[in-house]
Amino acid sequence: MTTNNKQWFDICNLNDILPSMGRCALFNDQQIAIFRVVNACGVEQFYAIDNFCPFSESNTLSRGLTGSITDKIVVASPLYKQHFDLATGICLEDESVRVNTYPVRLNGSTVQLAA
Amino acid sequence: MSQKIKLVVIGNGPVGHNFLEYLVETGKADEYQVTVFGEEPLPAYDRVHLTSWFKNQSVEDINMVSDGFYPSNNFALHTGDKVTQIDRFKRVIISESGLEVSYDKIILATGSFPFVPPVPGHNRDNIFVYRTIEDLEKITAAAKNGKVGAVIGGGLLGLEAAKALMDLELQTHVIEFAPRLMAVQVDDGGGNMLSKKIQDLGVKVHTQKNTQNIGDGDTAFHKMSFADGQELETDIIVFSAGIRPRDELARQAGLGMGARGGVVINNNCLTSDNDIYAIGEVALWDNKIYGLIAPGNAMAKAAVDHLTETGTSEFAGADMSTKLKLMGVDVASIGDAHGTTPNSRSYTYVNDREEVYKKIVVSEDDKYLLGAVLIGDAAEYGSLLQFMLNKMELPSEPEGLILPSLDGSSSGIGVDALPDSAVLCSCMNVSKADVINAVEAGASDMAAIKSCTKAATGCGGCTALVTQVLNCELEKQGVEVNTDLCEHFAYTRQDLYNIIRVEKIKSFEELLEKHGTGLGCDICKPTTANILASCWNDHVLDSNLQGLQDTNDYFMGNMQKDGTYSVVPRVAGGEITADKLIVLGEVAKKYNLYTKITGGQRVDLFGARSEQLPDIWRELVDAGFETGHAYGKSLRTVKSCVGSTWCRYGVQDSMALSILLENRYKGLRSPHKLKMAVSGCTRECAEAQSKDVGIIATENGWNMYVCGNGGMKPRHADLFASDLTDVELIKYIDRLYMFYVRTADRLQRTSVWMDNMEGGLEYLKSVIIDDKLGLAAELEQEMSTVVDTYQCEWKTTIEDPEKMKRFGHFVNSKLHDENVIFTTEREQIRPAITSAKTSETA
Repeated sequence: MTTNNKQWFDICNLNDILPSMGRCALFNDQQIAIFRVVNACGVEQFYAIDNFCPFSESNTLSRGLTGSITDKIVVASPLYKQHFDLATGICLEDESVRVNTYPVRLNGSTVQLAA
Repeated sequence: MSQKIKLVVIGNGPVGHNFLEYLVETGKADEYQVTVFGEEPLPAYDRVHLTSWFKNQSVEDINMVSDGFYPSNNFALHTGDKVTQIDRFKRVIISESGLEVSYDKIILATGSFPFVPPVPGHNRDNIFVYRTIEDLEKITAAAKNGKVGAVIGGGLLGLEAAKALMDLELQTHVIEFAPRLMAVQVDDGGGNMLSKKIQDLGVKVHTQKNTQNIGDGDTAFHKMSFADGQELETDIIVFSAGIRPRDELARQAGLGMGARGGVVINNNCLTSDNDIYAIGEVALWDNKIYGLIAPGNAMAKAAVDHLTETGTSEFAGADMSTKLKLMGVDVASIGDAHGTTPNSRSYTYVNDREEVYKKIVVSEDDKYLLGAVLIGDAAEYGSLLQFMLNKMELPSEPEGLILPSLDGSSSGIGVDALPDSAVLCSCMNVSKADVINAVEAGASDMAAIKSCTKAATGCGGCTALVTQVLNCELEKQGVEVNTDLCEHFAYTRQDLYNIIRVEKIKSFEELLEKHGTGLGCDICKPTTANILASCWNDHVLDSNLQGLQDTNDYFMGNMQKDGTYSVVPRVAGGEITADKLIVLGEVAKKYNLYTKITGGQRVDLFGARSEQLPDIWRELVDAGFETGHAYGKSLRTVKSCVGSTWCRYGVQDSMALSILLENRYKGLRSPHKLKMAVSGCTRECAEAQSKDVGIIATENGWNMYVCGNGGMKPRHADLFASDLTDVELIKYIDRLYMFYVRTADRLQRTSVWMDNMEGGLEYLKSVIIDDKLGLAAELEQEMSTVVDTYQCEWKTTIEDPEKMKRFGHFVNSKLHDENVIFTTEREQIRPAITSAKTSETA
């Protein structure tokens, strides 16, 4: 898989997502949670996962708090506080549970998702 | 199934009741058909704390019987019915009401009665004893028409009675025959210091007074005449001249008796009849009557062990060492307090400025502790007692044990040196081994130790010692007591609070950079936001704070299971105008919100989607509502009854006070949520004693209760101070809340904070009321900053277009979350269950 072949779509402006927080985007009829996190090296990174939380069965992951657990960058589900690895979508408390991840990037000052 | 053994328990005082508690603990209670008789109209209550009944005249405070204890164990309880005869031939007992109950075994726990010496005039009106709630009720009624009260007897109970008379605002005298107060427990030096301290409190102490006659007074109801020719006029007299066993039933049944009364028992607490046990103050062991609760409980345990054959404990006498607070004065007596052991040595420390007296009595070779007297400061009681009970070798220069340590270090006992058999808590008979077992079973804090061993739940005198044992054991068992907040901060919440205050840190980034590692997490971010709010009180959505907020604080509503939020405007004190109530109804109707009245006397509106919140709140703010902080770790509500404005029983305006308090403390961010209530009279309709701070009106002001909780682990609030003015009350609450904010753990309610506090209620009082740490002014200043910088978070938010942008569900669409689906139930919305959602959205 090469991201070069992907078609990127504008979602929002960089400033629409506040540092260390998430927002939900509607993309191809899907709810995608996009996070803007400054990693341990001081580099700003974007992550995209399902907004749907499989534990609470609600569209709420974008409203969770981000942070790090050991070396993983995670979001905590706002309802029941399970942690999801933003890079892989895997739930730290129950590795059999995994949410989808999506390609996301910052292009200039525009946040983009790929189909 | 074999026939049940018919067990009759005669007497329902503390010891009789504890016998039944122990019986239940054996798991064999269902082998017995238990019938209990109590002469008093109420089931067992805690006589030791009878004086606390005076504070608000609530039996609940001293009730010993947990709800449903008797019925759920199938114990038949007959209160207000005295057993008048034991027929050992027919093997039945007969009660005053005519009940005849046959028995296989009897537990005699009839207790004692106060001895009234046959002084001429002792049977006049307005002369009382001090033993039962009825006695106290009579004294209270008589005090209304009197100004002066006298207690005959300066022993432990006499001083308790004097405290009660003081609380009734009588000019109080204590008359003692001996040359000093508490002649049995303390020596001359201690007695003098005790007299001095008690006189400071306004009680007149008369020693070496032999009352010879009580007759009509000139200026008061009675005139007491003493052998030395002096006289005292008083309206009320309370006799507290010792106790005598209630042994008439045993005497009539022909059981073996002591020459001066009391039912003779052996080490199993059996009387001369092998089917009758006697326990408590009616029992005579080795020619001694034990008038304290701890030996009574030990007898009850021995009787249960022997009866059920489930244990081997025997009663082999009891140590009569005691520590108590009399009128706020610490008094403790250990072992040979008078130094009567031949060749013993003693060391004494007297401090007239602080009014402290301490003496230890040691063996001739300085090696072992024999006794001690502590007046004014009994902090060393726990460790001294252990030295004596366990015959532990004293450090060289044992006087160091009672000398004040100038460097602040404690020269007490090394708890590790205590044998496992050492009894740490004598009220509840909890040994060091019991505490160790509890730690092994997973108990890791004092709250857990208290609930599984009951240690430190009696008089509380052993709290410091038990805490030391707990910590020592945790350390030994390799349980690293990790109090780090999370992996990002190697600090407790209290540490972080102090760092933030002292270094004036205003952002998470700064805190993390200076004191933490990693990116932070859902533990340390909200905790930091919370501390920053307690200290600096900036808006939750300020740019450097918003990313730290849990979703509830970020959206200023409680997220529900489907991702919608609740809207809860503040209704201070639960008082609301019809117009405002209509606004709530109209808003709920317009946005189709589910509506419910809360336990905190306000209205919850559920089912608001995030993008609807600003519109809803604009309408509410325009109508004069403010945020109710239902989402925050902050003050929720101050519940109230209508008080004296409407209620015929109300004695103070609880409504006005609750509104004042709610408006004062609204917006204070704290380690966990805070709930308050104000009741306008002692009927307590606002349920204030289940709150973090509860206030109950009295004729003279307000009684303040602290650290109560309903919820998962209910805790009755402790009476903290009585008859306060509005100003005193607010001063104490200011200090208490800021001290809690400063020292509690994350998400630790005040109830658990209190249970884990070394020194407990008395310590808290010394910090908040007596300002022992010299913090009071600082705490008040901090609170005043919070109060002065209050803003309604919602009002500020809807006035700021930048902040308003963040509430849309989608960053790139005005659509709303189609997974939020409601169905209708009882004419209101509720979240659809998942299967219904699927079928509807498919």
